[in-house]
Amino acid sequence: MADFEIPELPTYLEIPAINEGVMQGDGPFKSVEEFQTPLGFPGKKIDNWQEVAISKMGELKSKYRSVQVFLDACVKCGACTDKCHYFLGSSDPKNMPVARQDLFRSVYRRHFTFAGKYFPKLVGAKELDDAMLDDWYNYFHQCSQCRRCSVFCPYGIDTAEISMAAREVLDTVGVGQKYCNQILGKAITIGNNLGLPEPALRDTLLDLEEEIEEETGIAVKYPLDVKGAEILLITPSADFFAEPHIDGLIGYGKVFHQDGVSWTMSSYASEGANFGMFIGSYDVMRSAALRIRKAALDLEVSRIMVGECGHAWRVAYSFWNTLSGVGAGATDEHAMKLQQQLDSRYPQPQHIIEYTYDLIQRGKLEFDKSANDDRTVTFHDSCNVARATNMGGIPNGQFILPREVIKAVCNNFVDMERSTIMESTFCCGGGGGLLTDDLMEIRIKGAMPRMQALKEVEKTNAVDTLVAICAICKSQFSKVLPKFDFDPYMIVSAHQLVSEAIIMDKPQKAVTAEIAETAETAEAK
Amino acid sequence: MLPKFFEFFENYMSVVSIFFTALFYLSLAIFLVGMTRKIYQYWQTPVPLKIPTAPTPLTQTGVVMRMAREVVLFESLFKSNKWTWLFGWLFHIGLLLVLIRHIRYFWPGDLPEVFLLIQPFKYAAFAMVIGLIGLITRRITVERVRYISAPSDYLMLLLLLIIGISGVVMSFTSNHTDIIMVKNFASGLLIFDWANLPTEVHFLVHIFLAFSLLALFPISKLLHIPGIFFSPTRNQVDDSRKKRHISSWALKQEQEGQVILNETLGKDK
Repeated sequence: MADFEIPELPTYLEIPAINEGVMQGDGPFKSVEEFQTPLGFPGKKIDNWQEVAISKMGELKSKYRSVQVFLDACVKCGACTDKCHYFLGSSDPKNMPVARQDLFRSVYRRHFTFAGKYFPKLVGAKELDDAMLDDWYNYFHQCSQCRRCSVFCPYGIDTAEISMAAREVLDTVGVGQKYCNQILGKAITIGNNLGLPEPALRDTLLDLEEEIEEETGIAVKYPLDVKGAEILLITPSADFFAEPHIDGLIGYGKVFHQDGVSWTMSSYASEGANFGMFIGSYDVMRSAALRIRKAALDLEVSRIMVGECGHAWRVAYSFWNTLSGVGAGATDEHAMKLQQQLDSRYPQPQHIIEYTYDLIQRGKLEFDKSANDDRTVTFHDSCNVARATNMGGIPNGQFILPREVIKAVCNNFVDMERSTIMESTFCCGGGGGLLTDDLMEIRIKGAMPRMQALKEVEKTNAVDTLVAICAICKSQFSKVLPKFDFDPYMIVSAHQLVSEAIIMDKPQKAVTAEIAETAETAEAK
Repeated sequence: MLPKFFEFFENYMSVVSIFFTALFYLSLAIFLVGMTRKIYQYWQTPVPLKIPTAPTPLTQTGVVMRMAREVVLFESLFKSNKWTWLFGWLFHIGLLLVLIRHIRYFWPGDLPEVFLLIQPFKYAAFAMVIGLIGLITRRITVERVRYISAPSDYLMLLLLLIIGISGVVMSFTSNHTDIIMVKNFASGLLIFDWANLPTEVHFLVHIFLAFSLLALFPISKLLHIPGIFFSPTRNQVDDSRKKRHISSWALKQEQEGQVILNETLGKDK
């Protein structure tokens, strides 16, 4: 690993003195033709990139009100300057949200505003030259689009919107990021970020079924491509094999099993994550979302459910209805057709936490909470869930429901310091397309504020378990926890705790037989 | 005809008065045209996605309440930084009250009685000046804020501060200006009955900068005033699962059939 110091964890989170250029660099590995072309982006930096970039900026600000308003409205009050975990952890001033935006805003001013055209020095307007483009590439890949800055901005300016726009401009001129674009290529051709084809996925799930049956004696099923199932589960592909994610998937299966509901996953749309959001591309994000719509229509499901994944839930909750009509209240024919198929008695899409919470409320699940007595648990609000979605349709439900589920299955729960949770939660440091080893330095530095809050509850409440409902958080924490002297295995899924405490005593309904029948009759027709 | 026109100016208006009269209309025109264009631009720029930031309102009423708290109390800024909030809020509330008090200069004839209620807020000018001094001090002394400041950020505060201080000088020191003359001049601007204005330097500086500020609105960060109302993270209802939100360009793209629903069904697998 590169030579940098892992930040010490202070007793109180201090705002660092600025340290210009500490995180200056080449940014993450650049994408190549092989990964650029499938997404419709040029294979390498094009010759007339400046011209194209400026006109792309013009296009984006005319298509996104957020971009146009946010570029104009900032008064440089400085409210956001101490809110970004990457700044707090790295002290590089270009990681202050406003300074990050200013990389983009200064070019906007130079090319699109009166003051910037005629008095560039006065208003800090700058040309988009090679150095600026390099800064864009570097610093817009040090933003996890977590939106913490937006909570604290008096105008709600959201750096994520600017960072998405900047990344889209970069892609348009052929300067893409390898990690995101390579993954997207797999997601929109094979169906998941890992490039796991159907047979491999089926094998993985069969292994899992065997494993669970061996361990518990109960035949929990992980159905794949079952036509006519009630629920289609869309979950991040990390859940299929990665630790600790898979224990969450085991939990989902057990909950479905206890409820006796018929459910399935799709091999065509076997990915909840949608990196199209990270690169800011509406079209790429939509094509990933459309695979899910197609799977839902093909499998004739009446409910769509999303597993534990932060930005997947943002895309699902906030964007799916827009992108592909998964939701309700449509007025155009495509979306209406889909919405007729979906059962309007349930929220569409629904989060697995909402589902489990609802079952708990209705007394349909029983738990032996003492199974988790060896743990003292705290909950990390994942940024996309916390700041960009809702659960349960009640104000702040996205904070309440996961905590209620955790408290229903375990006796020892403590929250971290209030200013580091809920809408003010600190990002894990690996979100927004940064979960790649070539960005390890910023990932570790950016994790510092979260680690500091965790250290406090470890000291005062002996917390030894960190729960997250996001695949990226789980992977990131597994990597960075040991750097700050924590046990890397302390990070778990919410549904892992559910899985450990759930009492599997109800007789299993003949779920599989029922589904097989439906599928056959459907095919016979 | 023409000589008579000039005669009018020679007899009745000083060169200074003509200059300031012209400056007022010019600034006002820039303000009105510029702001209309900007607001129209914000209005017609689509919002493709639902992006409200937590804590999100689930209803339209909730959005109105949120926006009101944001605009009147600066709620988010309060959460963020107490000093910036204090100085920022003092400045803005002070400026608002001072502006309301200025209506009496522009009101032709006797002022409706309701404006008497604002008289005790004469001292709001001090809130404004204290707020501005606080903001400038912060901009200079806090390293992070200094880093993000362009010359225009200091100049804007300086401009407002000079306007504020020159106003305070006229109201609270013995350097009073001729209020009747000011009223004739200011109200004359609105009813096109032009009059001379007092020529004390502090008064001229005061209105020169105030008129300039008007012209600066549409080309500066003063756009945060219309901007806040158009900010999607603050003005959207969090109801994306219940209502389909779609922008004009996305709908067009969809209808032009980049992906036609029925053709893709059951295929490629």
